[in-house]
Amino acid sequence: MKKLTYFLAALLGLSITYASAQTKKGSVLIKNATVLTVTKGTLENSDVLVQDGIIKQVGQNISAPNGVETIDATGKYLMPGIIDAHSHVALDVVNEATSPIVAEVRMRDMVNPFEVGLYRALAGGVTISHAMHGSANVVGGQNVTLKHRWGSEDPADIIMQDAPRTIKFALGENPTRVHGRGRGIQPRTRMGVEAVLRNGFNEALQYKKAWEDYNAASSQKGNTKTAPEYDERLQTLVDILDGKIIIHCHSYRADEIYMLINVARDFGITKLVFQHTNEGFKVAPEIAEYTMGASVFADWWAYKMEVYYSTAFNAAILTKNGAITSINSDSAELIRHLYHEAAKTQRYGGMTDEEALSMITMNPAKQLGIADKVGSIEVGKQADLVIFEGHPLSVYAVPQKTFVDGVKYFDIEKDADDQRLRVSATEMVEPIFLTEEDHRCMQDVELNFSDISKTLFNTNY
Amino acid sequence: MKRMTKAFFAFLMAFLPMLAMAQIDGEFVKPRTGKFLLQNATVVTITKGTLNNASVLIENGKILQVGSNISADGAEVFDCSGMFIYPGMIDSGTRLGLVEVSSVPETNDYSEVGNVSPNMQALTAVNPNSEAIPVTRVSGVTTTLTVPSGGLFPGTAALINLVGYTPDQMYAGFKAVVMNFPSSARRGRFDRRSDDDIKKDNEKALKEANELWDKAVSYNSLKSAGATLEYYPEMDQLAKVISGELPMMIEVNAAGDIQNALKWIEGKDAKFIFSGVAEGWRVADEIAKAGIPVLAGPVQELPTRDSDRYDAAYSNPGKMAKAGVKVAIRTNEEENVRNLPFHAAYAAAYGMGKEEAWKAVTINPAEIFGLADSYGSIEAGKVANLIVSTDDPFETKAQIMHVFINGFRIPLSNRHIRLYQEFLDRSPGLKAN
Repeated sequence: MKKLTYFLAALLGLSITYASAQTKKGSVLIKNATVLTVTKGTLENSDVLVQDGIIKQVGQNISAPNGVETIDATGKYLMPGIIDAHSHVALDVVNEATSPIVAEVRMRDMVNPFEVGLYRALAGGVTISHAMHGSANVVGGQNVTLKHRWGSEDPADIIMQDAPRTIKFALGENPTRVHGRGRGIQPRTRMGVEAVLRNGFNEALQYKKAWEDYNAASSQKGNTKTAPEYDERLQTLVDILDGKIIIHCHSYRADEIYMLINVARDFGITKLVFQHTNEGFKVAPEIAEYTMGASVFADWWAYKMEVYYSTAFNAAILTKNGAITSINSDSAELIRHLYHEAAKTQRYGGMTDEEALSMITMNPAKQLGIADKVGSIEVGKQADLVIFEGHPLSVYAVPQKTFVDGVKYFDIEKDADDQRLRVSATEMVEPIFLTEEDHRCMQDVELNFSDISKTLFNTNY
Repeated sequence: MKRMTKAFFAFLMAFLPMLAMAQIDGEFVKPRTGKFLLQNATVVTITKGTLNNASVLIENGKILQVGSNISADGAEVFDCSGMFIYPGMIDSGTRLGLVEVSSVPETNDYSEVGNVSPNMQALTAVNPNSEAIPVTRVSGVTTTLTVPSGGLFPGTAALINLVGYTPDQMYAGFKAVVMNFPSSARRGRFDRRSDDDIKKDNEKALKEANELWDKAVSYNSLKSAGATLEYYPEMDQLAKVISGELPMMIEVNAAGDIQNALKWIEGKDAKFIFSGVAEGWRVADEIAKAGIPVLAGPVQELPTRDSDRYDAAYSNPGKMAKAGVKVAIRTNEEENVRNLPFHAAYAAAYGMGKEEAWKAVTINPAEIFGLADSYGSIEAGKVANLIVSTDDPFETKAQIMHVFINGFRIPLSNRHIRLYQEFLDRSPGLKAN
């Protein structure tokens, strides 16, 4: 058993090395830009040198090494690639809605590199997205962090292999509707949601102990103990308890947010980020003290009951209270203008340029556990960069070029009309969609009573 | 100096909602009317150029005077030095007031049962006390077209000002019968009808529309001849389009459907406006040639086809305007109508230009709605729908300092701002203190 585990681990390790060795790395010198580093201030008329996908030098009068392309960015702005901490881009399936806990499923098995949404996100300066499981379950599946290396046909190429594991949790209306009201099983209320969490974690502790007992016994002579049955679902919960996975929890109301903070504290969990968090502003001091912050919409509200008492000042209140705050899209449309969404925190709460830009770069990077690799323009970091015409926080800003690992994947001057990588052979007439299903948190959840399933489809985030 | 200004504005933006609405316990600030003089601003009139160091005098709900050296003469004076005055923005297509919480059906009043219900009045269902209204108007949107949807003839849209305690007080003087032109597009990825089925559905719908139109023509001629007619409210409303009393607003989006709609209205003696027009850029010349004005949007939207350029929706209003189409912009939203300035700004940035984009949310809709003598620009005699802003009001960080609708000074408060006031610095904080 143990040998097999080692073998599988080695195989996994090999495949990761193989995958990351495959992805393209570029070299480029961007000259004379206004460089918005996010962490080290704004540098006027400065250059950034990228070699083999890594930022090598930031400063003035840098000359290009042999064979490295120079891009003149005079009059333009350069910022780190935008990171979307909540997206469902490039996922074939979003919800495994069959049980209140489905920790064992993985979005990395569902990655579709052909989705044109990846290119459209690049055209909005987004280089990394956190492609998440849906919100049908209290404990959903494991998410995947993507790097938008558009053009590859191998799902492994667009997965950010060096990002840590994250998992989706969900509180409130969605899991109680699907399970309680949809199936007549717990949870039907926010009380039930807490019970599902506490029961799950306690079961995981017993499972962990069973394995610890077995492992301890198996090293003894003459041991006849048989191994406990392997359970991926419980093992994943154990990994959460052991701090190996960051929780990203769909949440809206202050009471449920506060509940999860208490559960996390009771079980010693510190790697916790709240998603949506519309009422986060009400418990901002608690979020700041005990968690990795909140990832919120700039201004969405009133689309369902639990977001009726929202405020567009949410991000500003959270920030002023010291909570790490990011602005996300959860939408195929919004992902294309997150720089504009971040700027809304200036209209609603007077955030500084640096605070606003951090919400779509450094802060989501922290929440995804990748802040040592991306999220700012600093020597040694991965060269995910965007060149803007106009300051990115201006409503008139237009992204010009987007780089991932120093490779240019979007260039407004070379943007061909049709960016599809693959066209369905059976599709005679290309379909026209008027209202894109751009919110997919509750996709793939089917219920057999129609009025509720209608609501599910119409309002699924 | 520049730094000083920046710091000042940062301060202003953070504390403005606090200062503006510092309330005494139990006090409630209501919209109030009066004589107001907005002084020393840059006045962007839209129709008569931009006036520096100019003032605007408001009385009895109207703009009394625009220019320099206007005497206060008993008016309440607002110093607007360093600020901008624009006409209030008009959103040419929303469900504002018809929806309170989208996912709660009991609060949705825009889609009545039945395929043919042109007599359903959106104005009846407008809730003047919707939380979304004060949230919307502090962004500078002062007037919205509120539109019913669903079915072939879903009802009659109405233009409303975002102030008033009854729908009649809000009504801004324009109504239109809505038609959903049979659509060859899909409603979403869940719409799995075959191409053939879609075609058949369309033919059937168009046949029905033709029959109804013919009926309405007969109904109208009988009515105008003074015949006594059976009670037929649906036909009565449709006949108003034939008689010219009301225009017909045709929701149409896919390029092929737009062409079919242009054919359909050919030879029909009525006033037509197109709405949506998502693929208008594909057939812009044809729309321009037919002289049909459009209420286009949303602008911050995905392209309709996977093969389209990523900015197809952003650049659509600009492409139509360049072809000579009269374009107004809509959000097609409910609680997010406050984002109208951003939709217009995206159109501006992607080809339309700021000047044309401003017209698309002011004078163009006023002209399309036949209200150019009372709305859409800052001119003496027009309805006093005005906004005062620290910056170009399309700019994301701009702060709207004053809003006047129908001559009422609107309190710059709403639930979002009140929650900010209460929770920015919570007490007790983390610990009871």
